[in-house]
Amino acid sequence: MNFTRLRGLVRKESLQIIRDPSSIGIAFFLPVLLLLLFGYGVSLDARHVPLAVVVEQNSPQAMALVSGFKQSDYFLPVSMRSIQEAEQAMMQRQVDGIIWLRHNFAQELMTGSEAPVGVIVNGVDANKARLIEGYVTGVWYNWLERMTGEQGQQLKMPVTVEHRIWFNAEVNSRNYLVPGLIAIIMTLIGAMLTSMVMAREWERGTMEALMVTPVTIREITSSKIIPYFILGMGGMLLSVLMAVFLFHVPLHGSMWALLCSSSLFMFTAITMGLLISVAAKSQFVAGQIAIVITFLPAFILSGFVFDIRTMPVVIQWLTHLVAARYFVDILQTLFLAGNIWPLFLVNSAWLALMALFFLMIIKKKSHKLLE
Amino acid sequence: MPAVSKTQPKQKGDIILSVSDLSKQFQVGKHTVHALSEVSFQVKSGIVTGLIGPDGAGKTTLMRLACGLFLPDSGTVTVLGMDAAHEAIRIQQSIGYMPQRFGLYEDLSVQENLDLYADLHTLPAGKRPARYDKLLHMTGLTPFTDRLAGRLSGGMKQKLGIACALVSPPPLLILDEPTVGVDPVSRRELWDIVYSQVEEMGMSVFLSTAYLDEAEQCSEVVLMHEGKFLGQDSPDTFSAELVNRTFVIHSRGSNSNKRKLLRELSFHPQTIDVIILGDTLRLVTRESMDPKKVVNTFALDPQKWKINASKPRFEDSFIDKLKRLKGAAAENKRTVIAAAKVDKRDTGDAILVKNLRREFGDFIAVKDLSFSVGRGEIFGLLGANGAGKTTTFRMLCGLLPATSGTLQVAGHDLRAARAPARAKIGYMAQKFSLYGDLTVRQNLNFFSAAYELRGKRQKERIQWALDSFGLAEIQNSESSNLPLGYKQRLALAAALMHEPEILFLDEPTSGIDPLARREFWNHINGLADAGVTVMVTTHFMEEASYCDNLIIMARGQVLATGSPSELTARYQSPDNPEPSMEDTFIHLIEEFEQRKKRPENTTP
Repeated sequence: MNFTRLRGLVRKESLQIIRDPSSIGIAFFLPVLLLLLFGYGVSLDARHVPLAVVVEQNSPQAMALVSGFKQSDYFLPVSMRSIQEAEQAMMQRQVDGIIWLRHNFAQELMTGSEAPVGVIVNGVDANKARLIEGYVTGVWYNWLERMTGEQGQQLKMPVTVEHRIWFNAEVNSRNYLVPGLIAIIMTLIGAMLTSMVMAREWERGTMEALMVTPVTIREITSSKIIPYFILGMGGMLLSVLMAVFLFHVPLHGSMWALLCSSSLFMFTAITMGLLISVAAKSQFVAGQIAIVITFLPAFILSGFVFDIRTMPVVIQWLTHLVAARYFVDILQTLFLAGNIWPLFLVNSAWLALMALFFLMIIKKKSHKLLE
Repeated sequence: MPAVSKTQPKQKGDIILSVSDLSKQFQVGKHTVHALSEVSFQVKSGIVTGLIGPDGAGKTTLMRLACGLFLPDSGTVTVLGMDAAHEAIRIQQSIGYMPQRFGLYEDLSVQENLDLYADLHTLPAGKRPARYDKLLHMTGLTPFTDRLAGRLSGGMKQKLGIACALVSPPPLLILDEPTVGVDPVSRRELWDIVYSQVEEMGMSVFLSTAYLDEAEQCSEVVLMHEGKFLGQDSPDTFSAELVNRTFVIHSRGSNSNKRKLLRELSFHPQTIDVIILGDTLRLVTRESMDPKKVVNTFALDPQKWKINASKPRFEDSFIDKLKRLKGAAAENKRTVIAAAKVDKRDTGDAILVKNLRREFGDFIAVKDLSFSVGRGEIFGLLGANGAGKTTTFRMLCGLLPATSGTLQVAGHDLRAARAPARAKIGYMAQKFSLYGDLTVRQNLNFFSAAYELRGKRQKERIQWALDSFGLAEIQNSESSNLPLGYKQRLALAAALMHEPEILFLDEPTSGIDPLARREFWNHINGLADAGVTVMVTTHFMEEASYCDNLIIMARGQVLATGSPSELTARYQSPDNPEPSMEDTFIHLIEEFEQRKKRPENTTP
């Protein structure tokens, strides 16, 4: 490795970054866009669920239950006159569920003979249906407790659940999604930046001229890693700032751990990009491959949304090949739980191993040849 | 062949590059392309050696093998005593190389490009200022050091490319087609730069070119065709074989029958080559003879034709060699198309242009252009890149509206009635615009349908195209696999499906081998003979000479109009009794630039 040559190449690369808006766009514009899009657009919470409430006969008890739904943050109750009307609304997807208090609700309640509340939930989205069901039960228990209290009786329940949620006390899915999202975005940026700038050299015929100089492949490779690593880390920093200040995701772990693991991951992503450029000699193909072999698997198999433990075993094995998986784990832990060193070290070791493996293939596969 | 000793050759005439039994194949889809087949030759140090051949000769492959960018299938290349397959990095440390697209970073400035290459060659910082000064001065780039390379003209890019290759003075400079797409003035400047290096530094230069006329600039020439070595010698020796075999036939009266004469002569067994150059015909004979014998052998009417001996050109000897290589196969292929029937009674101008102007914002691409083209005429539009040829052409085809001026094509005002004018136009684009995945027949089917031919008529025209262009045998081959010459024929056939009265050809034969080019022009002459008007744009000087009349353009303006003979005659001098079209062009450009400079100097 010759310092003069490397310096010359890095300077060239930096000038190109400054003058060519596309790499800056990928490094800074893309993360902002994706974070905004996913951060605001994707939510796994059920909030303000439109709910049809059919009260066939007014009674104080019925009113109390309805107001229970009205006060809940999770529901947006709409009063309907008949069950037919409510069903119609459900068909048209105007509401996601129906609470049906029949005309004999108050009487039945007094005699205590049979289930007096009808709950119909739209089950198309199974996840959401289960959430709604849970929330409805919650409202219902609250109401029951209040009713029995007012009447001076103790409600007899075999078990009382006292629950507490760890790591994400607000049970806000965004707190969990955004750190994962950062990992996904960084995968795309690291791989796309480097594979495309390498392809650009092939496309414009500058690679040929470069190769007939004393420059070595290692110098060319390093000159791509260094500036784009810095650029990628800039995008990473921007994403972390957005996560903390825009999405208010709490950062419990240490900044140093975050910096170390992101550097490691950025390096791995860049080596993936270089690996792609071994095969892809045009910018278009490089971009496509980067999306298909880095972004999509990272999205689906990293555990960012879809829990890896619920996947079939074969797919679970496959997830070990996805570098983003380790970084998603690191980031989610660092943000929500704090410095959990064993987890941090194991995941970092995997990342380092992958980067090393990619570098070895790159070294084996790149020659100073045009064929 | 034993390895050359490892000491670097320094003496003039030593072997600096040696190729022996070199073969290289490429796999393109299902096809194997033999880029090089058992090529052997040696390049001497201290001189300029030209690797000459048309596209597909294997020039670029050979240069890349010499630079260690490809590995040979068999055989060896030795550069400066080092084997290119095993010691590539050492060769790359020593030589200067400029690939076809100059290898410049377009988003870096002139200075930054030089800095980069100085860093890559680890030129010590102390030596840089002096070297930069020298290179910038030599290339005339001193005023442009801060300009981005992408903003330079083609000629300036080429010079910067050379400067980068020369940053650390190499003993051997390899240039791959340095003059492609560069205007003739810059070409001439490039040769000056190359020779200054050879003379001052004793540098050896090995360069490739597809322009046969450049061979005469080299001290030695290696001739290649379709991956095979044809010969190596000094250009004069090549031409010497043709002494007393090249003639120019002038018409004594009206030149209306020069195409008929061309046809007659081209079938004669004594003819090696015959082409139309403006008002004259140029003839290369099989045996040496004097002009009188030519009259007898070819039964020419001395009342009508005057025969003069002519200086042999490098291209003549290339054709001679190719014809011998191909033997009888090349002889009888000269079909003349029974072309479209054009109403010859209609005697108006086929194309009439008056005060044509086209602006793009502040930029005037075409400025007050006026000319007319008669029916059955071959009319050329000659100019360097950026001269306004393409803009003019697009306006004539109705693809681009004019800003102002009159534009009549086949009797229709293009600004008022575009559709009827278009129906009478055939257009062959520069890159042939064929569908590579379709077979020859499918392409013809498509283009005939696009011109609204149906049923029996469509069948007839397709059959006509297959027969007259010799495409019948290959009608089921995919067109992307065809050699360049066949693609060109197919593209021409496609443009002729609807029997247009006017044919537009955009750079029709750049890069094509001279035999295929002659065949193509035979077709064009046949069409003109049948009354089809042909309009050609070209930056290729030789091609311009094939036209009946032409205009030479620069910066959107007309520099000169006339027949090729009239134009070249202007610059006849005792030093240069037979000025070429390129000489004429350079003279015209220089005069134009001087005229432009004068008013600029008076008004600050």
